[in-house]
Amino acid sequence: MQHRYVSIWFRYLKTDWYLRRHPDIKSQPFVMYLLQNGKMVITAVNALAEAQGIFAGTVLADARAIHPGLIAEVDQPEQFQKLLLKFGEWFIRYSPVVAIDAPDGIIIDTSGCTHLWGSEEKYLNDITLRVGGMGYTVQTAIASTIGTAWAACRYSKDKIIKDGEEFKSLSLLPASSLRINESTLESLHKLGLRYNKDFISMPVPALRRRFGNDFVIRLHQALGLEMEWIEPITIIPPLQERLHCLEPIVTRTGIEIALHKLLEIICDRLLKEQKGIRLVCLKIFRVDGITQSIEIGTHRPSNNKQHIYKLFEIKLQTIAPALGIELFVLEVLKVEDHQPEQEKIWMANAELRAAPLALLIDRITNKIGSDKIHRYLPDEHYWPERSIKEALSLTEQSTVSWPVYKPRPLRILIEPELISVTAPVPDYPPMFFRHNGRMHKIKKADGPERIEQEWWLQEGLHRDYYYVEDEEGCRYWLFRLGHYDPEKKVEWYLHGYCF
Amino acid sequence: MSGIKPPLEELKRQEGLECLKDHFPFGIFPKGAIHEFMCSEPRDMAATGGFIAALIHSVFHSSGTIIWISAAKNIFPATLQLFNIEPSRIIFIHPSSSKESLWVIEEALKCNGLHAVIAEMNELSFVHSRRFQLAVESSNVTGFVMNMKTEKESTTACLSKWKIHSLPSETIGDMPGVGFPRWKVMLTKMRNGKTGQWEVEWRDGKMVHVQQENLDWLDETLHQQTG
Repeated sequence: MQHRYVSIWFRYLKTDWYLRRHPDIKSQPFVMYLLQNGKMVITAVNALAEAQGIFAGTVLADARAIHPGLIAEVDQPEQFQKLLLKFGEWFIRYSPVVAIDAPDGIIIDTSGCTHLWGSEEKYLNDITLRVGGMGYTVQTAIASTIGTAWAACRYSKDKIIKDGEEFKSLSLLPASSLRINESTLESLHKLGLRYNKDFISMPVPALRRRFGNDFVIRLHQALGLEMEWIEPITIIPPLQERLHCLEPIVTRTGIEIALHKLLEIICDRLLKEQKGIRLVCLKIFRVDGITQSIEIGTHRPSNNKQHIYKLFEIKLQTIAPALGIELFVLEVLKVEDHQPEQEKIWMANAELRAAPLALLIDRITNKIGSDKIHRYLPDEHYWPERSIKEALSLTEQSTVSWPVYKPRPLRILIEPELISVTAPVPDYPPMFFRHNGRMHKIKKADGPERIEQEWWLQEGLHRDYYYVEDEEGCRYWLFRLGHYDPEKKVEWYLHGYCF
Repeated sequence: MSGIKPPLEELKRQEGLECLKDHFPFGIFPKGAIHEFMCSEPRDMAATGGFIAALIHSVFHSSGTIIWISAAKNIFPATLQLFNIEPSRIIFIHPSSSKESLWVIEEALKCNGLHAVIAEMNELSFVHSRRFQLAVESSNVTGFVMNMKTEKESTTACLSKWKIHSLPSETIGDMPGVGFPRWKVMLTKMRNGKTGQWEVEWRDGKMVHVQQENLDWLDETLHQQTG
């Protein structure tokens, strides 16, 4: 079968991308630069800057000499690789075989595709129009070999090269259209061979001896004498299942059956791939055009049908079928590796990593929200409020151990409450304190335990903590802020209730 | 409860409860049941929490996962280290309404593999206590419910009913400072067991019964306070 290839060149890929986001500088010369050997070297220019005579490779300072008001931005090469990949995925609408042609092009194998657009000309026009509509300047060409399409795209006015005309069209183009490296190009120029027509008919052994095998391969690939392969982009099929209903579903039983069916297919697939669901969304499409969705998340990757069904079950009542549901779509939004575990018969020594606990936490999270579930780990701080930190997952363990404490309250007040006290002697616990309008007479006390401010985090006074017991036997944790000072009134606070 | 059999292997494992164990069925603190703790006054909350933590330490030997369900976010987890319970083994859940709270407690009690569930509730009705008790009978989770109802007590289906108050601690001789935490423990109901009241101290990871002589004095003062 005869192959046809389209080469696409984003002439101003980087600057177009930037100007799309900053339309206000569209009508001004704009460049992007990178720091190379201590110089700011321009890596991309827009059409207006190019018209001023600024090209990629110029030092920014020189370019500023040409055009003082030049706008410049730092280049991020990795980002444009991603952008190109996204474009590649987008171009799959034109043909299933699309490859990236770094740094700023795309190659499409259009064999047997162009007739769907009417003709090759309409096919190319469609690409130019649609990509142009997105704000990108694009040049295209179609030919029977990748090399010719590439050359024509960048160097020729003739964009459609018919099969067998590669030689004719290539001859007119400069030598740089052959995708050869800089040094070969330089030696060609040195010999005065500036255009392809100057050397294209020379005997192959002579060319190979002088310019190397790579050069000959490139030439032959462009002429179609040698095969060239592209590496097509593969798109991972989304983990999505659809269920069309012949009759609109209006009952809960119907919805449950549909959900069961979808989960069975998805979970079986995940089981084979050894993956587990972390986030999954059920979308329902109603007859009257309204879409509803419910989303559930899990704490551990799971491909257990019953468990995920149970999580959905809590939220199923939010679905209003009205006149009926015609389509169910179950889409897995996030998966993680899931190694099947051998079920233990004995569950007595349950650990935090035990499956039933994770399932319970999932159910609670989906019902009341994850912000209401907490687990704490020790943190290396003296300040009581900072001495614990929240664990991010059920299995997270701390590298520090829990400190062996001096008296601490079981119930802490999130904000210490101001109390009025009678303290007879400086640096002694108070005799009485009043909290919430109630007088407590202190019988016994321990302390003080001084906890200093962590100056690298926060400025302020230290706290002197006392563990006190009142006449009724209730135990409290009080502190005095700062040193005792006869001149000023010292503030005392209640910070917690001890057991 | 007819035909109840004592779980033999556990007889030796409950340490630190020697002073209370005569009042438990077969001398063992019953696991897989709901125990109710009356906390009619807010100042009893900390004492009750401490007593429950001490019980959990004695019964479960500081292993296993515990869920603590409380509407108030005022528990300081690091303190539980003092009861040899590793705080990172506890999952705290703070429901925002009593309806949510009931749902969460019941789900947690149904979960196989948990050791204990501590729940703080504003009111525990008979119906709910029955539901909780049925849930734990199949899962073998032990539930500790703090009932903070201030008005008169209602009948519940819980296995036992306790009341814990703080008591003034005692130091040896004229030593300054605060002594070991001391509680007045009142067991007003224990199915297949006996009721009773004790004055206990939490000392070196054990509950120690304090001598009788103090108790009489205490009864009197409590009588005066509560009328």
